[in-house]
Amino acid sequence: MPTEAQILDWLQAVTDPEIPTISLVDLGVIREVRLEDDGGVHVRLTPTFAGCPAMDYMRRDVETTLKAHGIPRVTTEISLREPWTSDMVTDRGREGLRRHGLATPPKLNGGLLDLDILEYAECPRCHTTNTELRTPFGATLCRAVHYCHDCRQIFEQFKPI
Amino acid sequence: MDPTLDLLYRLADDQLILGHRNSEWNGLGPILEEDIAFSSMAQDKLGHSLQLYTLLHELGEAEPDTVAFTRNAPQFHCCQLTELPIGEYDFSLIRHFLFDHAELLRFEALADSSYEPLALVARKIKGELKYHVLHANTWVKRLGTATEEAITRMQAALEFTLPYALGIFETTAAEPEIISSGLFIGEEELQRRWEESIAKVLAQTALTLPDLRLLTPVTGGRHGQHTEHLQPLLDEMAEVFRLDPTADW
Repeated sequence: MPTEAQILDWLQAVTDPEIPTISLVDLGVIREVRLEDDGGVHVRLTPTFAGCPAMDYMRRDVETTLKAHGIPRVTTEISLREPWTSDMVTDRGREGLRRHGLATPPKLNGGLLDLDILEYAECPRCHTTNTELRTPFGATLCRAVHYCHDCRQIFEQFKPI
Repeated sequence: MDPTLDLLYRLADDQLILGHRNSEWNGLGPILEEDIAFSSMAQDKLGHSLQLYTLLHELGEAEPDTVAFTRNAPQFHCCQLTELPIGEYDFSLIRHFLFDHAELLRFEALADSSYEPLALVARKIKGELKYHVLHANTWVKRLGTATEEAITRMQAALEFTLPYALGIFETTAAEPEIISSGLFIGEEELQRRWEESIAKVLAQTALTLPDLRLLTPVTGGRHGQHTEHLQPLLDEMAEVFRLDPTADW
């Protein structure tokens, strides 16, 4: 029987449906993996944003992946018990976001999500913070659009929340 | 009605109906960013309504889709502000500003609700609503300090919309119990916080906030009395669902 660590390792193959460089584990969307007595596995997920339309795809990908590794029974649950915050993205996850050309959300460390934080972003190309928030709504619910005054280019950021 | 159900229906219906109205800007926004912003807020609000209808379902009410798509106007508890047609951009913007300031304060307070499942949902939703308020403030400040035409139109929209916005805080018979059981701080306290919050932003513009005590709130929505605009909205929203309610999407 596999260990929880083994299962989390397998789940590294399940990536965000729209950002192929980050796994759901590193995104912080997979909150818990539990081995059941009958050899089944239960996975608890939480959405980045409450209206995220990709949750069904994520559940399906988790189930397919674990079944391919021989897990006979996989159950998934979407729960807000531990609501997602951008601080749940791991260091490896942040690296994955940058590889996809996305700025990473600043760390909140339990602090308040105030306007200064919403407007702050580091350019993923030149790393300057000489940037400004153009609109808090981007191509998906979890992305905002900023402008880099040094590159003179628009870039997207994974939103802090 | 049971106080928890009463409160949840009001919260969920507001989100669903304004979410649907916001989605009507899809393809029509004055600039691309605004088209995307209103569409994104629509998606957020539909997501929030789903979370709240799910709480109702856990308390024995019908499935979220059934509740959202099979009721008629008199069974809805949204305030009339949310159901008004999108009109011109100035109206939609002012409605968004007035509604989402109340909504952010409401869900910040609900994060401490004595009903733990609601508190959990509120802790999630309140962070997302900060982006809605940020967006509204940015545009109210921008247009409220822009050209004479912009300021005149924004002021007119503000004066037209405020009586409807005061209807957000209409109470029901369950209000005393909602407050005493710790479910929610209550509409009166929420309105006090809201007035402070919108006044702070409007003070940074050339817009004037009228004396709210001289206005007559437009009420009725919380008791199923709606404008003639709600039923056509519901018919359109549920058109596909009603073709085949058992279809698997």
